[in-house]
Amino acid sequence: MSKKILRRAGFLAATLAASIFTGAQAAEPIKIGSFLSVTGPASFLGDPELKTLELYVERINAAGGVIGRPLELVHYDDAGDASAARNFASRLVRSDRVDIIVGGSTTGATMAAVPLIEQARMPFISLAGAVVITDPVKKWVFKTPQSDRAAAERVLQDMKSRGITKVGLISGTGGFGRSGREQTLAMVGKMGMEVVADVTYSPSDTDMTAQLTRIRNTPGVEAVFNFGFGQSPAIVTRNYAQLGIDLPFYQSHGVASDRFLDLLGDAGEGLRLPASPLLVPDSLPNSDPQKAVVTSYKKLYEERWNMQVSTFGGYAHDGLMLAVEAIEKAGSTDREAVRKALESIQGYVGVTGVFNMSSTDHNGLSADSFRILEVKNGKWKLIN
Amino acid sequence: MFAEFIQYLFTGITIGATYALIALGFTLIYNSSHVINFAQGEFLMIGGMATVSFVGMGLPMPVSIVLAVLLAGVIGICLQRFAIAPAKKADVVTLIIITIGASIFIRGVAQLVWGKQYHVMQNFSTDEPILVLGAVLNSQSFWVVGIGAILVVALVLFFSRTMTGKAILATSMNKDAARLVGIRTQMVLMLAFMLSALLGSIAGIIVAPITFTSYDIGIMLGLKGFVAAALGGLGSGVGAIVGGLMLGIVEAMTAGYISSDYKDAVAFSMILIVLFFMPRGLFGSRVVERV
Amino acid sequence: MLKNFLQMRLKGLVVLAVIVLLLPLFFNNPFHYDLATQIAIFAATVVGLNLLVGFAGQISLGHAGFFGVGAYFSAVMTGTYGWTPLPTMLVAAVVVALLAWLVGRPILKLKGHYLSMATLAMGFIIAIIINNEGWLTGGPDGMPVAPFSIFGWELSSFNQYSLFGIEFGGDVAWYFFAGFLLLVAVWIAENIIDSPIGRALRSVHGSEIAARVVGVDTSYYKSLVFVVSAVYASLMGSIYAHFSGFITPHLASFEQSIVLITMVVLGGMASTFGVILGAVVLKLLPQVLADFQELEMMMFGLILMLTMIFMPKGLFPTLQNKLAERKRKKSEEQA
Repeated sequence: MSKKILRRAGFLAATLAASIFTGAQAAEPIKIGSFLSVTGPASFLGDPELKTLELYVERINAAGGVIGRPLELVHYDDAGDASAARNFASRLVRSDRVDIIVGGSTTGATMAAVPLIEQARMPFISLAGAVVITDPVKKWVFKTPQSDRAAAERVLQDMKSRGITKVGLISGTGGFGRSGREQTLAMVGKMGMEVVADVTYSPSDTDMTAQLTRIRNTPGVEAVFNFGFGQSPAIVTRNYAQLGIDLPFYQSHGVASDRFLDLLGDAGEGLRLPASPLLVPDSLPNSDPQKAVVTSYKKLYEERWNMQVSTFGGYAHDGLMLAVEAIEKAGSTDREAVRKALESIQGYVGVTGVFNMSSTDHNGLSADSFRILEVKNGKWKLIN
Repeated sequence: MFAEFIQYLFTGITIGATYALIALGFTLIYNSSHVINFAQGEFLMIGGMATVSFVGMGLPMPVSIVLAVLLAGVIGICLQRFAIAPAKKADVVTLIIITIGASIFIRGVAQLVWGKQYHVMQNFSTDEPILVLGAVLNSQSFWVVGIGAILVVALVLFFSRTMTGKAILATSMNKDAARLVGIRTQMVLMLAFMLSALLGSIAGIIVAPITFTSYDIGIMLGLKGFVAAALGGLGSGVGAIVGGLMLGIVEAMTAGYISSDYKDAVAFSMILIVLFFMPRGLFGSRVVERV
Repeated sequence: MLKNFLQMRLKGLVVLAVIVLLLPLFFNNPFHYDLATQIAIFAATVVGLNLLVGFAGQISLGHAGFFGVGAYFSAVMTGTYGWTPLPTMLVAAVVVALLAWLVGRPILKLKGHYLSMATLAMGFIIAIIINNEGWLTGGPDGMPVAPFSIFGWELSSFNQYSLFGIEFGGDVAWYFFAGFLLLVAVWIAENIIDSPIGRALRSVHGSEIAARVVGVDTSYYKSLVFVVSAVYASLMGSIYAHFSGFITPHLASFEQSIVLITMVVLGGMASTFGVILGAVVLKLLPQVLADFQELEMMMFGLILMLTMIFMPKGLFPTLQNKLAERKRKKSEEQA
């Protein structure tokens, strides 16, 4: 409660400051709506996302806001429940009457809100991964994370470059793992590869030794790929090390955070995954356009919240910045103008990658925006 | 082939032993007060999270464990004293909802105090896996099964040899009669909740190095414990142990030989089948219903 | 006596109708209609569940499973196979009724916690199937649902309608439709309660053995009410699916079953108007508590716990008793 009051007070101060500096009279705030899974099983997504939004809304307001108007963040916690996400989206659209929505930590939460948001003609930037969100293209829906299809493609590319064609696939039965599994199975054929073992685990499982034993005993497996998020991939990695499986091991972008390394101990050596360059800002060459953005985000986040950055907060950073960019480009918060501006964003450098939106691509990222990282001596190392 | 089977068997026994301990906690409370305590899983969470947090403060591991178990015990007593005892005339469902409320409350507090992240707990002994008959075992599995067995023996001794244990048994059989012979039943109930919390927190601690621990780890494990208890027959100690091990082994075997997609479904179907043929679970006692 | 009782029942229904009609006076925006519609749908669901829990005294921890089957049956059949919503909904209800009858016969022989355990297992199996059969149900990420339509007349919360020259939005139409369904649900439930079936059920709740001794086929009546409450859940699940436009397996989950039973117990078991109050409170709380951010979960648990400790009979009966007591005291003072 007091936090809310503080936020309100901060917002008032920002409004005041903005009106003094720009000379605008009673600039009406731009309302950024958001529903995120700040608690519940997907809190590792929603928590850094909310912290990022709060951090950048504060900073943008301190710098005078957007088109002379301060930002106001209206946020609700859906606790990972898609029905709650739908209800909060309804509240944002119909009661709070926000100007744009940046949120939706999981694919389920995003998709549950989509019919309502489409009907209400509200620009919406989702922070969730699955490819169904922007394929087929929905007029009002955009997203910042690379799709799981891109992640599967990137991992398989890397395997292929190491001469691997036969893959053992293990995936979670949650939304993220399911969709990732489907994309991987669809992609292997195109790449001339093969999934020879295909096992799953439920997100509440506490031991995946049985599933991994099955993969180990499948003849011909040359590498293992795990698609899942939460704590499960860490358990999989540990069980993998305990079983002494000697094959190259890949994880998905769903676990790309420093926190994940802490969970692994030394069980993660040699593990590879696709990720945004956020985890390895120092290894980026100076010529890399993302270096400045990534370094600045990491520094600001860690200073403000005193905790490690994760890729997921980066999605929120890009979502908010794309929204701001679009509103500035449109020169107003007129929804259709903002939507058009979002669609026309080209070469925008974000934490996750370089966005090139179009009317047929509401994600704007290619598979190349993923970097392959490897765990070496307990640290992330950039492979390519 | 055989090595595979052994692997699944051991995996199942490890997780089954955890379920058994949780189920024993359910049984203890059920026997003494006829309450199904849906906050049982939170004792596991408290055990694991408090240990990790005390270790993080720089305390040595054994001290942290003792403190965490004591904390859980105190919370168990508070749960009985402040949530269950005041509502003693309430319906069974009402009591269930109270324990659900308590579990949400405890989880909410834990999330504030300890945050939402997953935490690691070190193995008690070596991180090196152990090879048995071609199967690879986590050394922590032995701790889980070993400590589980010790706790079971300790419980048996407690109930058969000590006055306090016998008082709990007497209260569970007939509360009014127990009061007549001078047993302070309210004390006994508090004691049962405390014991159950101790059991739960120890289970939470020994299993944490395998599963990691977080503020919401108790939801699923608690539920599995309830399932194990019902499978074995509510109120039966032997049933809780057999139910827990059976559930764990069936889960591991299904995940290994069939598919993990329907692993939980197989476990739940098993319960339905058992209940169809043995309406009181495997070892449930035939109590005469009072009219 | 009987006449008196009937009058009282009718009075309750009229009061509820008046509330449904007048409530929009307090609504400021479409979101309020949106929320009220959901409350009505869930209230109707728990009015059905209450027949099982409150009157027959049987605890179901898997009722969201039936809600989920109704929702998904409607979603899949209207979406993928192009059926029309209203008949689909009725077919779904028949399917659920058969399912409940099949499962119910053996399950309802069980006593107390074993019954809860069996319903829990059944609910879990339904949720797992919905979750796993992604080709049909969209898997854990859910699936979209077509808008509801009655005889070709489409009901979508985003359309505009006009009736007798009055223009109104689809959210308003949905609200009155859901409110009407709730009134029908209450009317049917009250009739069941007063029928011989209802009396048999109450005897089961009082003492099953005594009921059996005097010749009540308890198992038959229990199965019957189990089926009725499952049909309530299925119909409302279908309605909810069409209303919300998108559904996920969470609707059929164990947590959802807990939410439903909590609505019954919190509002007041065996009181039709009590469980409606329970639905109102449980649906409004998350919206009210949303401002408390991190404290939300803790406060929700605390409120739930305290309410049940201090009002073990539920909100409505406790308030009713308080009122009655005050009235009695007043009349005593006057006398």
